Amino acid sequence: MDSAVVTVLIAMLGGAIRVSTPFMFVALGECLTEKSGRINLGLEGNLVLGAMVAYAVSFFTGNPWVGVLAAGGAGLFLGALHGYICKLPKVNDIAVGIAMMSFGTGLAFFFGKPFIQPTAPRLDAIPLGDWTGNAALAQALQVNPLFFVGIVLSVVMWWAFRNTKWGLIVRMTGDSAASAKAMGVSVDLVRFLATAAGGFLAGIGGAFLSLYYPGSWNQGLSSGQGLMAVALVIFARWDPIKCIFAALLFGAAGAIGPALQSVGISQGYYFFNAAPYILTLFIMIASARSKGAAREVPGELSITK
Amino acid sequence: MTAETADAATAKPSTGPNLQLLRFAESVTIPALALIASALVFSVFLLVIGKDPVTFYALIWTGGFGSSFSFQNTLQRAAPLILTGLAFAVPARIGLTMIGGEGALVLGGFTAAAIAIPMVIGGVPPIVTLPVMVITAMLTGGLWVGLTGWLKYYRGVNETIASLLLSYIAIAIMNFFVEGVLRDPASANKPSTMPIGDAYRVGNIPGMDVHWGLAAGVVLAVVLWILMSRTTFGFAARMTGGNARAALAQGLPVGWLMVVCCMIAGACAGLAGFFEVTAIHGQANASLVAGYGFTGILVSFLARHNPLAVVPVAILFGAIAAAGGVIQRRMGMPDATVLVLQGIMFVVLLVSETFYGRIKFFQPRITGDRT
Repeated sequence: MDSAVVTVLIAMLGGAIRVSTPFMFVALGECLTEKSGRINLGLEGNLVLGAMVAYAVSFFTGNPWVGVLAAGGAGLFLGALHGYICKLPKVNDIAVGIAMMSFGTGLAFFFGKPFIQPTAPRLDAIPLGDWTGNAALAQALQVNPLFFVGIVLSVVMWWAFRNTKWGLIVRMTGDSAASAKAMGVSVDLVRFLATAAGGFLAGIGGAFLSLYYPGSWNQGLSSGQGLMAVALVIFARWDPIKCIFAALLFGAAGAIGPALQSVGISQGYYFFNAAPYILTLFIMIASARSKGAAREVPGELSITK
Repeated sequence: MTAETADAATAKPSTGPNLQLLRFAESVTIPALALIASALVFSVFLLVIGKDPVTFYALIWTGGFGSSFSFQNTLQRAAPLILTGLAFAVPARIGLTMIGGEGALVLGGFTAAAIAIPMVIGGVPPIVTLPVMVITAMLTGGLWVGLTGWLKYYRGVNETIASLLLSYIAIAIMNFFVEGVLRDPASANKPSTMPIGDAYRVGNIPGMDVHWGLAAGVVLAVVLWILMSRTTFGFAARMTGGNARAALAQGLPVGWLMVVCCMIAGACAGLAGFFEVTAIHGQANASLVAGYGFTGILVSFLARHNPLAVVPVAILFGAIAAAGGVIQRRMGMPDATVLVLQGIMFVVLLVSETFYGRIKFFQPRITGDRT
């Protein structure tokens, strides 16, 4: 095979693993929230605020993992706020999502100003590719532990949705609020907890952005990843395992531009930057009216109506 | 069921102001209270970070309305906000949460600048070039956002996500051209298209230091208010927004209405882009991505998606934006302060939606036996 093609493919593999992790966490968080019958479009705000908080805390404490936890906390705060507001009657959850997006990004930009310059300790990667003896492949297989955390989490979620009482309660609340109520389950409480927990996961996705890849804090760190992850959940048909594969696909799409640049094709770099958005749009068009999606959608979800 | 309907029909508000007046009072009072509440929440935020809220609001007042210079600066910034506010308000009336105003603004401004380049080089007079630019900007914006409406109705794609994705794609398209084939070699630090030249710039409204975009915004607000509340089209659109299924059952062309409302929205945002290019920047570059499209969403929510109310609300947000620079210098706060304030306003405003129909004072007192 042509060596340039191999280089691009290896760069895309490495890129897919690197770029997909934040998608993965936001998508898993959104999956949990949507399973309970509510949509949170504001996870972009959680992602950005999480990234900022993680970087700042890692800078002050010197321990990036404390930063990751703090990012989760920031996401939890925004998620809980979203969950609480949506509980009120007559409040539109999609509009609240837009508001949380601007609130979260605003807070992050406000408090993040002093952290653009300094360098905070970053997360270390696990070198999985040293045995290959190929420098490019070894570099591509430098995998961050959070990637594996995400995969384990998705399997746990997949299992829990099917086999535990909690999973059943979340699914029931999402499919029919009336039957949940009849079973004596507090619909508001379940959705509040699911939204808050989803926010926590999205915050951790943000920590990956600032502490590993791209690995610094600035205002252009995330441009719509949080929102794309929401679309990704629809594509993955509310299945945590499929969320992982969808995230990898999105990661590979996001890596096309940098991968081509690595072999000297910089023409159209800005066009390839748009690739993930275009891919998302086409995926939404393809999955919106499909029968499979209609079968799997939580009955109470407003987004697909 | 029938008895109840009959009761409701015969029952009348006993005395006092009529239903419409009460509705109006409710839709002014609740947003106003929400605005005050968000100012209080933001004051707490300022106190927590050790800044003085009184100084802050005083600076907003002087920076936004204090002198004729600052007020004209406010109006200048309000002009694109009126147009992007309208771009959210019109689809909102038909029940669509369309947040792609930013992309339509950028794409409209960019295509206007792009089509102007050969005309400017060819020496076509401004009297011909400018209308061509206006039409290009409005048409591009209209088609771009119209696509969102089409996807919503004919493909069932969620319009909120689709419109925001299209926004990102629009910005990428502009960057692609501005960094590539249309890049002016003279623009070293900030890739831009070729300047359109002073002769092709839109001037100010006579007697004011504000460009014509403000007048265009006000006129469009009035026109769209008439369209949405005094015509059959507007009635059909609002009916669809209330209950799309009932509208379909009535035989209304729901899909067509959605696409047209989205096209109107995109045309408004595209026009805002035209004015940003011809009156402010003189060329298309990344400065077009200034967040006007997103602030417009908040403007429209505060105006309760009423085109006429969009104008004063846009002026309020223009003032906050105009005062932003003074606040940065005098209080040593980052430029994102305005974003935090807007975020808090947005959240509090949405919380206030829960009070509609629940405050006794605004409810008509129904007489008659309701058993």
